[in-house]
This record gives sequence, structure tokens and C-alpha cells, in this order.
Amino acid sequence: MYTLSNKVKLFALVFMVLGAIGIGAGFMSVPANTDEVAAMQAAHGDGHGETADHGEAGGHGVSSEAHGTNHGEGGHGSEAEHLEHTLHQMQNRPWSALYVASFFFFMIALGTLAFYAIQHASQAGWSPVLFRVMEGITAYLPVASVIIVVLLLLSTFHVNHIFHWMDPELIDPESDHYDKLIAGKSGFLNTTFFLIRAVIYLLGWNLYRFLSRKYLLHNDNAEDNTWFKKNFKLSAGFLVFFIVTESMMSWDWIMSFDPHWFSTLFGWYVFAGMMVSAITVIAMVTIYLKSQGHLEMVNDSHIHDLAKFMFGFSIFWTYLWFSQFMLIWYSNIPEEVTYFVTRIEDYNLPFFGMVALNFIFPVLMLMNSDFKRVNWFVIMTGIVILIGHYVDVFNMVMPATVGTSWGIGLPEIGAVMFFLGLFVYVVFTALSKAPLVVKRHPLLKESEVFHY
Amino acid sequence: MSKIIHAIYNDDDILMNAVKEVRKQHYHIEEVYTPFPVHGLDKVMGLPYTRIAICSFIYGLVGLSVAITMMNFIMIEDWPQDIGGKPSFSYIENMPAFVPIMFEMTVFFAAHLMVITFYMRSKLWPFKKAENPDVRTTDDHFLMAVDTGKSEVKDVTDFLATTGAVEINIMDNEDAH
Repeated sequence: MYTLSNKVKLFALVFMVLGAIGIGAGFMSVPANTDEVAAMQAAHGDGHGETADHGEAGGHGVSSEAHGTNHGEGGHGSEAEHLEHTLHQMQNRPWSALYVASFFFFMIALGTLAFYAIQHASQAGWSPVLFRVMEGITAYLPVASVIIVVLLLLSTFHVNHIFHWMDPELIDPESDHYDKLIAGKSGFLNTTFFLIRAVIYLLGWNLYRFLSRKYLLHNDNAEDNTWFKKNFKLSAGFLVFFIVTESMMSWDWIMSFDPHWFSTLFGWYVFAGMMVSAITVIAMVTIYLKSQGHLEMVNDSHIHDLAKFMFGFSIFWTYLWFSQFMLIWYSNIPEEVTYFVTRIEDYNLPFFGMVALNFIFPVLMLMNSDFKRVNWFVIMTGIVILIGHYVDVFNMVMPATVGTSWGIGLPEIGAVMFFLGLFVYVVFTALSKAPLVVKRHPLLKESEVFHY
Repeated sequence: MSKIIHAIYNDDDILMNAVKEVRKQHYHIEEVYTPFPVHGLDKVMGLPYTRIAICSFIYGLVGLSVAITMMNFIMIEDWPQDIGGKPSFSYIENMPAFVPIMFEMTVFFAAHLMVITFYMRSKLWPFKKAENPDVRTTDDHFLMAVDTGKSEVKDVTDFLATTGAVEINIMDNEDAH
């Protein structure tokens, strides 16, 4: 049995408190009206002035064609409209920061759950000693689900405006802001259906997590392999459900930030990022527990395997990132390409920097077979990968919600720290609830003597 | 003159144990012939790790350089045409279009040059005379060739008989160490 140490508890608490302060400060520093925006810009030496023209397109991710028909060209030049626009971006910023961080930790838990299901469905012989570690990480899923639902509800009740399409004026033909394209998508993108879908996904995932954990705990004290077989079938079924709902989740919770834009492989792209972050966290938690003297069954070969997965999924993520980018760059169709235009113009460093963090770095660090067995090497690479995938989510969300008014400051760092603290607390509490290694699992022996 | 002793086994587990025993006695194993890869045999024989992966990595870098140099010369420097509006002003501007070729060339060089390196290092080519001491080693027997060195031939053969060899042949050492 693992007992939650006071050090971990203190770490989690400090991070949550500091994070909450950061989030609070982020909300406090939001300007309330356009006058304050003007004053802030004057204080900044009008740094934002230059970006005024494309800031309009960047803010909503709206193609210029659609914009022309809705607002008329006259709107672009007006100083008042620009200030109004910047105000909305700045008001979105703490919300987006909160959303990005909560989604990032949510997707670690969900990715771990998918990886866990794959291990059961494929009857992998190496991983049973890691099942409890994975279950510990997925224990964050229910918590994250509640947070996500609350954030989505706040958006649908217009407490914040990070989901542009939720503005009822856009689908009202009488309104000045009527948007034909968004109105055309309102059969799918309407808040009622959106919330129903969200609840279906989350209930399905949490149900699997609950049942699978229960079955495996039953299996510890069982006489035969009934629970093991049940869990196998459940996991296979879950994977079918997961791949459909994960795709739809990525359209709903990420792609709909840019409601004028669409991409077919987007769901896989989000999935790849999710998997690599999840496996990295599994490796890190395993190495931590092992260094504390728990998990003596885990040997270097298990770490080696996890590091291979980190390496492989990093390349898979890059493959999808590049496929999405290159196809759109090559054909250069205006309605698709604005997505990358805003990112390259306004988010140049995060956009290309994450490719270095998520691809070049892990490829060079984890290529060598010996390095994959060096624990501190895996941890260091893991930290870089996690930062890279945070930036990835940041790049997917921020350009559509805050546009050019982005930054990595108090709200962003605060939100990450808060959710990191919460994540660590929930995960390590869950780890202390059951023995760290499953008992009498049919593949346990194979896993214990696993070597590569 | 020293002799080479061919000890023949009919099971890979017995062979593995025999290799361990022979190494313990500090007899010199010239070579082991097996019909299929015996997992862990290289470790118990104490063979050094292969460096072919390092070669392959370097070949991959060569391939990448070839692809970049080639396309930079052809598409950017030699004749920078406007083809369908693609920006051919600098390599980096048009890079996404070159990536598929950069990738394939890297893989092509890494794979093929590594295979050729393997052939050269293990001296394999068409019409090469097979170096097989006993035809049964390609089917179901395992053969360990032990160099007697300065030891008495009889001592070595007696010892090898205790390791479970089903057949022991004494051969002249052709390239006399």
C-alpha cells in the first residue's frame, strides 16, 4: 500500500493556492470597458496598434469573406470598434487560460484511460504491473469532468464569450451580426445539443473508468477469471465508444472555437497529443513511485517500453500536425487557411516552438535505446513533452478567443499551477486507496519478469 | 598445432548452458552455428553490441542533407519558377512541400546503406562460398566451435562431452593462430 506523503500533499496545496491567486489576479486585471483598454494600450506604448487590422480576423477566426458580408468593410477602420474588439479579447483571456489548463489535465486523464483500455483489450503482457498507476491517473477524470461541465455551462449561459458561436445574435437573421455560416451549422452547434453531447461523452468515459476499476479490484480476490474476461469485453467496447466520442469531443470542445473552420483529421490530432501526454505522465508517476521505494516489480524494461511509446506517439503527433498543416498550406483555400495564417502571424513562436518541443526534442533525446532506460532522462524529456503539449492546446484555443491579446502571464501560469496541484492531489490520493500492484491477474507473472 | 573442436547440440537451452560452462573454463569459442536466432546467445557469448543503429542514424542524416541540398539547388537556386503560386524565394518558405521528399530520402538512405553495411560487415554476397561446417546446423542442430589453444585436446573434448554435446568432432585449425 502506498500512503499519501505529507510532502505531496503540501506540494499540491501550495500549487493550488498559488494557482488560485494567479487565476484571481488574471480576472482582476481584465479591463471593464473600452476606456480602460485605451489607457492600457497607451501605457504599453501602443504595442497593439500595428496588429489592429488583422486582429479583427484573428479574434474570431472568421474568414475575411464572411466578415465582409456581415459587417461591411467600414467597420475595420474605426478606432472605437477596434477598442471594443480588444476589450472582448482581454475579457476572454482569463477564461481561455482556465479552459486550456483544465482541458490539458483532463486530456491526460482521458488519454491514460484510453491507453489503459488498449492494454486490457490487447492483453498486453508487459503492463499489468502499471495498471494501478494508470487507475490512479484516471481517478482525475471524474474531477476533470465536473470542471469541464461547469466551464461549458458558464459559456452556454454567456458568463464568458470564449465560444463565439454561442452568441444568439449570430443566428438571428434580423440581427446586424447575423452569420450565415454559423447559422448553417446551428443544427449541430447549438447549446442544448452541445451540452447533451458533452454529458453523453463524459458519462460514457466515467462509467468505463468506474466499472473497469471495480472489475479489476474484484479480480484481486476472485476464484476464477470471470472479472478479467468481463473487463476485457468492457475495454474492447469502450474503445469503440471512445474513438467516436473522442473525435466528436474534439470538434465540440476545441474545433468549435473556430466555427468557420474545419479539418477532417482534427480528432486524431487531438487524440495523438492526448496519448503522448498521458503516456508521459504514466512514465513520470511510475518513476516517482519507484524512486520512493514502491513498485519494486517495475524494472528498467517497463520504463523503456513507456519511453518507446513516448517516442512513437511524439512522431505520430508530428505526423498528424504536419499532415493537417501541409495539406492546408499546399492548397491554400482561403476558408481553411485563415486558421494557420492567424497562428503563424500572431503566434509564431508558440506555433513553431511546439514542433521543436514535441518533435525534434523527443526524437533526438529518446532515439537511443540506452537513454530510454535512464530515469532522469525520461523525466526531463517528459517535462519538455508536457510543456510542448500544453502549448499545443494553447495554440488550438487562444487564437480564436483572445487573438492578438495573448500572453503567457499570471492567468495562464496560475491556471496551470492550480490544475497541476489538483491533479497531483487527486492522483496520489487515489493511488493510496488500493495496493499498487494488481493481484492474480492472468498476465501479472509475465509482466513481473518482463525484460527487453 | 592447436585443434578446433566441433561440439554439436540438439537443443538451444543445452547450448546456452554449454556456452556458459565453456566461458567459465576460459576456453575460446571460435563460433556458434544455429539454425535460428537463439535469444540471449550473444549476451552469454560476451559479444559486443552491434553499432549498426548508429551507422543507420548517420546515413539518415546524409540522406536528409542530400534531399535538402538537391531541392534547394533545383527548386530555389537554379530555376526558381512560379509553379502554382508556391513561394520559391527561399527554401524555408517552400519547405512544407519538400518535407515528404526529405522524409523519404532520410528513410531510403538509412535503410539501404544500413543493409549494405550489414552485408559488408558480415561478408555476405551472391556467389559467396557458404561457410557451413555441418549441413545439419541449418536445420535442427547447434554447433559450437572451440579452439583448444594450448590446452590438451583430450581435456577439452572430455569437458565438452559433459556439457551435453551429442557429437564431438576434432578438426585441424586451418588458420593456425
